[in-house]
Amino acid sequence: MNVMMLLEMANAAFPERTAFTDGSSGESFTYSELFEAARHRAASVRASGASRLVKLDVSNLATPLSLFTSAWAGVPFVPLNYRLTDTEIEALLKRVTPAYLVTQEDRVVSLGGVDQVNAVASADFLDPSQHSQVVDGEWSMDPDEIAVLLFTSGTTGEPKAAVLRHKHLVSYILSSVEFASAPEEDASLVCVPPYHIAGIAAVMSSVYSGRHVIQLPNFTAEAWVQLAREHKVTTAFVVPTMLARIVELLEAEGEETANMPHLNSLAYGGGKMPLSVIQKAMQFFPNTDFSNAYGLTETSSTICVLGPDEHRETASSSDPKVQRRLVSVGRGLPGVEIEIRDDEGKLLGPGERGEIYVRGEQVSGEYEGRGAVTDAQGWFPTRDAGSMDDEGYLFLEGRADDVIVRGGENLSPGEIEDVMLTHPSVADAAVVGIPDEQWGEAVAAVVVAKAGSSVDLDALKAMIQEQLRSSRVPQVIEIWKELPYNETGKLLRRVVKADLSKA
Amino acid sequence: MAELKTGGRLKSAVCAGEIMVVSAPAGDIDLTCGGVAMLDSASDAPAAGEIHPDHAVGLAIGKRYINEEETLEVLCVKNGDGGLAVAGQLLLQKDTKKLPKTD
Repeated sequence: MNVMMLLEMANAAFPERTAFTDGSSGESFTYSELFEAARHRAASVRASGASRLVKLDVSNLATPLSLFTSAWAGVPFVPLNYRLTDTEIEALLKRVTPAYLVTQEDRVVSLGGVDQVNAVASADFLDPSQHSQVVDGEWSMDPDEIAVLLFTSGTTGEPKAAVLRHKHLVSYILSSVEFASAPEEDASLVCVPPYHIAGIAAVMSSVYSGRHVIQLPNFTAEAWVQLAREHKVTTAFVVPTMLARIVELLEAEGEETANMPHLNSLAYGGGKMPLSVIQKAMQFFPNTDFSNAYGLTETSSTICVLGPDEHRETASSSDPKVQRRLVSVGRGLPGVEIEIRDDEGKLLGPGERGEIYVRGEQVSGEYEGRGAVTDAQGWFPTRDAGSMDDEGYLFLEGRADDVIVRGGENLSPGEIEDVMLTHPSVADAAVVGIPDEQWGEAVAAVVVAKAGSSVDLDALKAMIQEQLRSSRVPQVIEIWKELPYNETGKLLRRVVKADLSKA
Repeated sequence: MAELKTGGRLKSAVCAGEIMVVSAPAGDIDLTCGGVAMLDSASDAPAAGEIHPDHAVGLAIGKRYINEEETLEVLCVKNGDGGLAVAGQLLLQKDTKKLPKTD
């Protein structure tokens, strides 16, 4: 089992198909060109003596090439976040030496001096004339070898390196993608960062299905819309903040629909999708299949999907239980088991809130230097809080660590935010716990008003009291211009918490 | 006969076909292609010999094959003219469910 096997099969079945196009330079390569390039780059990596292949750059053709090169050479692939500061990058880089580093031109100079780092510019990595040797022999078929080391986005604490072995990634692809299933005219627009698990999953699943990938290195709604129309894009994945920007742009265009008749499927995930955004998006893309995907780095990407039929069902149903599923993340993929447990590890029933546990072939749950955090039966505690309804639809309630403990009562920020977001003047909301002498923790909130509206805070509090209970009513509510998100659409709750705790 | 390991790769002794083991029960399994025992993919032996006429159904890249009990599943990674069988019983092609594209 090896990630290279996916490319080997693509190269055998459809060598002449275009595999990847860099949306900013317009350069492309076919599956056979990608396969041959990996054969040569693997020789360069082996000759360097590196034990890791590090990629530190925006999405470009070197992204898929470095992933497959590392698989062939038998060294873990380590994509790093190029938005980090040089100091942060150096600290991570020192944890993965000796390293073969593929990076931006200016960073070849600034990081080339780090001990045991062989820095190569992306353009030189792609240049065939600089890689004339071919690697000796095939790749390893040992399923337990490490394929990817991925530093988790780390909204708290020092980044941990999640370990994904070939068996996890290949299992994920084999259970979720049918080989060569994409028609030749299919094109996928990939705008998630290459150092994110969704970026790695996008490379592998596109190769295995035979789909042409258009890479968008720096997301803007304008560029996304332009590339989608120009390349007649058929499938795409976005995080909620991206979809919100796209919807805003389409509203400004003033047309009734998005004018992208080729877009068959639009998947989203990576954070909580506001109901108003997905509802508007479904109006702009009336013939597009929507899917909501939920997954984690430690689970090799997607574990739960709310599919297109379920999106339509929820939109046309008058049953509140079915309607509510539009804000769920759907049900577990085949081969993935999901459970909700309480603080003591006891299994909870339908509708009860607790921590989400997951088990399956694609689940790693392992960190470098710490081993696997899965239990004896293979269950991985996600640290995500959630509940499941009686038909297995999973609802996310934020991170387990975000639960507010007020006077011994556990309160879910997500539950309070959901109510606040139904207020007609509220565009966005965040609820956190702040230190409180009387209660231990008190509920505090920030809201963002819709353009041209003002929020009546007393009315908002009354609404929460009526729909939930008085213990859920925030003691403090501030009105901000916007909420802090990271680049993959995750709300930076600790930033909100720190700010409100000062008051 | 040999024990089949998940993720292991085997090649046909009589055609170009190659497979990867997706799941297998414990114990020795008599897996054949074209009626002849399969070899480890690292083996140097070239394809030689005849495909048994009852085992000439072929195997196609990307397709999964299972036994009747569904305890054994393999993935074809290289096309071949032989057919896969366990203890003389031809394997069946597995139907796959279509899933929504998410990445």
